[in-house]
Parts: sequence; structure tokens; C-alpha cells
Amino acid sequence: MNHIAPGARAGIYHYDEIDRQFVAERVEQFRKQVERRLSGELTEEEFKPIRLMNGLYLQLHAYMLRIAVPYGVMSATQLRKLSAIGRKYDRGYGHFTTRQNLQYNWIKLEDTPAILHELAEVDMHALQTSGNCVRNVTTDPFVGAARDEVVDGRVYAEILRQWTTMHPEFTYLPRKFKIAISGAESDRAAVRIHDVGLLARRNEKGEPGFSFYVGGGLGRSPFVGKLVREWVAQEDFVAYLEAILRVYNQYGRRDNIYKARIKILVHELGLEKFTQEVEEEFARLRGPKYRLDPEVVEAIRQHFAPPPLEELPDHSDALERAKAADPAFANWVAVNVAEHKAPGYAIATVSLKPAGGIPGDATCDQMDLVADLAERYSFGELRVTHVQNLVLAHVKKDDLYDLWKQLDAAELGSANAGLIGDIIACPGLDYCALANARSIPLAQAISARFADPVRQRTIGELGIKISGCINACGHHHVGAIGILGVDKKGTEYYQITVGGDPTLTTAIGDILGPAVTETEAVDAIEAIVDVYLANRSDEGERFIDTLRRVGHAPFKERIYAAD
Amino acid sequence: MKAITANRLRDGEVVFLGKDGVWVESFAAAALFPRAEADGVLAAAKEKAEREQFGVDIYAFEVVEQDGVPVPATMRERIRTAGPTVRLDLGKQAA
Ligand code: HEM
Ligand code: SF4
Repeated sequence: MNHIAPGARAGIYHYDEIDRQFVAERVEQFRKQVERRLSGELTEEEFKPIRLMNGLYLQLHAYMLRIAVPYGVMSATQLRKLSAIGRKYDRGYGHFTTRQNLQYNWIKLEDTPAILHELAEVDMHALQTSGNCVRNVTTDPFVGAARDEVVDGRVYAEILRQWTTMHPEFTYLPRKFKIAISGAESDRAAVRIHDVGLLARRNEKGEPGFSFYVGGGLGRSPFVGKLVREWVAQEDFVAYLEAILRVYNQYGRRDNIYKARIKILVHELGLEKFTQEVEEEFARLRGPKYRLDPEVVEAIRQHFAPPPLEELPDHSDALERAKAADPAFANWVAVNVAEHKAPGYAIATVSLKPAGGIPGDATCDQMDLVADLAERYSFGELRVTHVQNLVLAHVKKDDLYDLWKQLDAAELGSANAGLIGDIIACPGLDYCALANARSIPLAQAISARFADPVRQRTIGELGIKISGCINACGHHHVGAIGILGVDKKGTEYYQITVGGDPTLTTAIGDILGPAVTETEAVDAIEAIVDVYLANRSDEGERFIDTLRRVGHAPFKERIYAAD
Repeated sequence: MKAITANRLRDGEVVFLGKDGVWVESFAAAALFPRAEADGVLAAAKEKAEREQFGVDIYAFEVVEQDGVPVPATMRERIRTAGPTVRLDLGKQAA
């Protein structure tokens, strides 16, 4: 783990020679495996697990390649490479996902080694984006920039990346394993719906430590992660996580894929027994081998040193003038711009959700533009969010207007972050081999219905999340309004849930009533919004709070009254 | 009626079993088999595809007649024969 690259640039972790050589070797190995598959030396049965280990799935229309964006942070150079690959080997676009990954939908098996080779040129790969291993660790997309940040989650996510990459013990877990870290006061990483969710905090002495939530997850049996330990000191970070993984590796069910995730283990053993097992393993492991050396942490932290920010007044006259002159811009600032820890800077969310568009899709031209803008306005660095948007994390307030005008001209300037137009949708039946129903057309119809930015702001914070099947890739369980596609005798239907919440007050939504058709679904969403607007105590009461206060009845009545 | 489909191994393209056991890219050229025959044809096609390293994920699907034309019975197969419903510029429908 202790291999740190010298001379790194701010904000981005750079591979060292060990990493580079490892990835290069894996690419060459895969190239030979593909050749052997194409020549018939390997059967599909033999080859499938190999291609999955390299992020290559077979979807409806072609192969799909999933690229890891470690903890969602990448450089403009990397994004430009993603766009170049999309243009050369795919159909001119890519799809950003809820796991801070990028997926290409039209990949040829025979091109895949060349693509992986090109990715490796910019220190990227598709390893551990599939299979029963520790997947890409996700974190707060505002990491390193948010004003409410207490601990920089990238540092620990990078430690985990180094520790878990090809870790022999954790390459064949009972099932895939997802870890999320958040180090801010608000949770922007949905930590409690992950197998392990970490909240990084500081104690009275200012030392970093972690609360461990275990056994969260969506899918067939959704669970909210349970608090297993309130405080794990930094030096025990690796040991504690290793203890959890060992207990899971030992007791997790391998006989039944539906019961294999750690959430089922925690549920079946009970929190107390599970915690006891972990604590016992932790007591055994704790010691020099697993002690996280502060020097290692410090060396990694250096990679994430803040960019060379200027000393600026927090107030920007240029920004205020632009807002006064251009109401559309003022609206975007109010909705898509967040507070930066440094005065005079801001965090800008680039919406990949134009009204009527496909959530998470970006054309290669758009990717190139965002890469250019990241270089011009945000130190050449950007992030992918788990709600399928992009973020420029260090923009001078003075530059926001120029930035927005260029984004808006490329359909990237929608002012809808966190609003009803900011819909998560999985690929659904338009692409996905497992889907029961389409997700994207519904997202498009809903976002078109609520296209008016003024109406969106009137409605306020409201997350709609859509999945095309029970696997819940679209996070529908934690949508304030969740939509699940189901198949009824060959026809697509949609099951509506309400009350889901991905933040620290995590909640799984409840089913509102019988599934409805696609056309009915859009009207049903509108009816739910109307009932909310009619019932909220004042303009500041969020949808979720009104729902918690008044219950389901008024919503149910309105939607199902006619039945 | 049933048709038999696969994804072409080397590029993932959706293909259908056509006349004389030749794989074709267009559903319009797919051979249709009475239900009773489909299982036998499928087994033979699987065996052949494996031998020739041609296709993966081979299976039979239901076809119905609509306005006198055969169409896949399910939305899933309609999407596979045409392309994503949300991007008419992609997939076979774009050609
Ligand atoms: C298209 C190819 C995909 C396939 C075959 C696929 C497959 C699956 C499966 C089988 C599960 C359930 C796993 C379990 O609970 O054990 C799952 C869960 C999940 N997938 Fe996907 N998925 C795909 C695409 C995506 C995309 C595009 C996203 C993001 C937009 C995504 C993000 C997730 C998330 C967030 C879960 C949540 C469940 C959890 O782990 O708690 N997946 N996926
Ligand atoms: S939720 Fe289902 S339909 Fe959607 S991407 Fe995941 S597996 Fe596919």
C-alpha cells in the first residue's frame, strides 16, 4: 500500500510506476484472453467471468463497458480521453452512473483491449467495476471543497483503493461490495445505503475518525445501514474494515445470490452478534501490520492538497451584477451553486438533466467542453456525482457567469440540481438485459412536464429516482418519489413509492398503491406534487417533511380515488 | 411462432437465425419456427454457434402477427430488433 507517487498535482491522485505497470499487465493479459476467446480456445462459460472482471457486460444491443472513476474525481485530461474513446469506439456519448462510473453502451469485444490500453494512458481502467469484489469507493462530489467539510474523504477512499485493488482475500467475496465515505456535515454520498458507509468526523482533539454503518443496500431487499461502531480512530481504519470484510467473507452466504449481500448477513445474525464477531476479529487484527501509519495518510493527503486558490473577498461584485442582469443565471446560481470553503470561490453543479433529456448521458462534444471549462475555471479537475451530474468544484465567483453561459449554450446549464427535474434513471429496458420496463422515457416525460424552472423552484427539493427493475440501480427506494418498472404480462407498469431519503436521515420509501401505466405515471407524479403544494405548511417545508407530517392518505386518495 | 436470436461474439451485434441456418442482422430476414420445432432448432443453433465461435446468449423468443407483419411479442425483443426507443438514431432502426 505504501507506494506514493512523487510530484503529484493538486486534487488528483496520480499513479506511480507500480500502479501503471500493474494496469498495463492486466490490459495485455486481457488482450490475450480476448484473442483466445475469438479463436475458440476459450468457451463463453470460461470467458464470461474474465470479461466481467474487466468491466465488460453483454447488454441488449452490444457489449457495455463500465469505467471506474475513483471516488468520482477526474482530471480534464481523463475526461477528454473518455470522450475520445466514445467517439472512436462507441456512438459519440457516454452514460454517467449512480456509482460514479461511466458506461459505454455500444462496445465491440474485439475493440476492448485497445480501449483499455487507451484508458491506461491516462491512469484509468475498468477493473473491479463488476464481479464480487470491492467496487469503486464513492464519496461526496463536493469533497475537498465543501464549506461544511470536516474530513477529506478522498484521502481515505484512495487508501481503500490501494488496499483493496486485487486484494487476494477480497477478490472473491460472496457478492459485490460497495463502500461510500462522507466527511461533511451533510451526507451527499448516500452512505447508509452502502454495504459499508463511513462518516468521517473529528474528535475534540481534532483527530479524524470514523463511524461505521454496515449492511445498507437497495435491490430486492432494501436495508438502511446500521451503526456498528460510533468511533474508529484513523490508525484502526484499515483494521476495522478488514475485520468486517473477513466476517462477511466467512459467514456471507454463497449458496443463494439473493441472500449473499452483507445486508442479509447483518439482518440474519442480528446487529449485536454481527458487531461482536467484527469486534473479535478486529481485536485479533489490531497491531502493527494493520495500523494505518500517519505518514502514509499524510503522503496521500499531499496529493489532495488544495489547488492554488487566490485570496479573494467572499463577495463578488461581478457575480451580483450578472445575477441582477440575467434572471436565468440568478436562478442557476441559487439552485446549482454551493458554498466553497475558500472565500470568493464556489462549487458549480453541471446538470446532465436537460428537460426531456436522458439523465446521465453526455455527448463527447459536451465532455470535451466540460474538460475545457474545468481547465479554464477549476484547476483542470472535476467530479461525477451519484445523482448522475458533473461538478466543477473550485470556480471563482467572478467566473460563474462566463462558465454558465458556455454550459447553457451546450444544454448543460439547467438549473435543477436537487429539484424535480434532477431525476436519476438507470438505463432500463432501452439498454439493460435485466430490465422489466423502460426508465428513461419516463424520466424524459416527467422532466419535460416540469420543465419550467420557476415551477421547479416553487416545488423545491424533491428527488425522483427511477429503476427499470428491482436491482435498484436508479436508487428508487430512496427517492422522495421512487418509481420501479415492473412487467405485467408483457406490458410495462410503474410502481410508485414515496418517502425515500438518501441523506443522513435515510429512509426506504413505501409503496403508494397499485402500479400504473407510463402515461398514468406522469399524471400521478403531478398529482403527488399538487397534493404536496396544497398541504405544505409554508414554502420552506420540503416535500419529504410534508409527507412525514400528513402521511400517505391524501396522496393515495388523490391518485387512486377514481378506482 | 418463434425466432432465434443471439449477440454476435466479436462485436455484440444482435443477430437472428435466418434461412438455411445463416445468421442475419435484420429481424425482417429472420426465419420463423412453429413453437413445436423451436426447441430443436435452438439446440442445434446453440451447438453450431459454440462450435463456430459466432454468437453468445442464444435463445428463442415469441413472435406475433401485427397488421399482417410478424413482430416480437415483447417490448424487450422489439427494442433488441430496433434499438433504444429513446435514441432513434442508434441501433438497427437508424440504418
Ligand atoms: C446495465 C448494466 C447493469 C447491470 C447488469 C446491473 C446489475 C445490477 C444488479 C444485478 C444489481 C443488484 C445487486 C444486488 O443487490 O445484489 C444492481 C444494483 C445496483 N446497480 Fe446496477 N446494473 C447495471 C447498470 C447500472 C447502472 C447504469 C447504474 C447507475 C446508474 C447501476 C448502479 C447500481 C446501484 C446503485 C445498485 C444498488 C443496489 C445496491 O447495491 O444496494 N447499475 N445492478
Ligand atoms: S435497475 Fe435493473 S434495469 Fe435498471 S440498470 Fe439496474 S439491472 Fe438494469
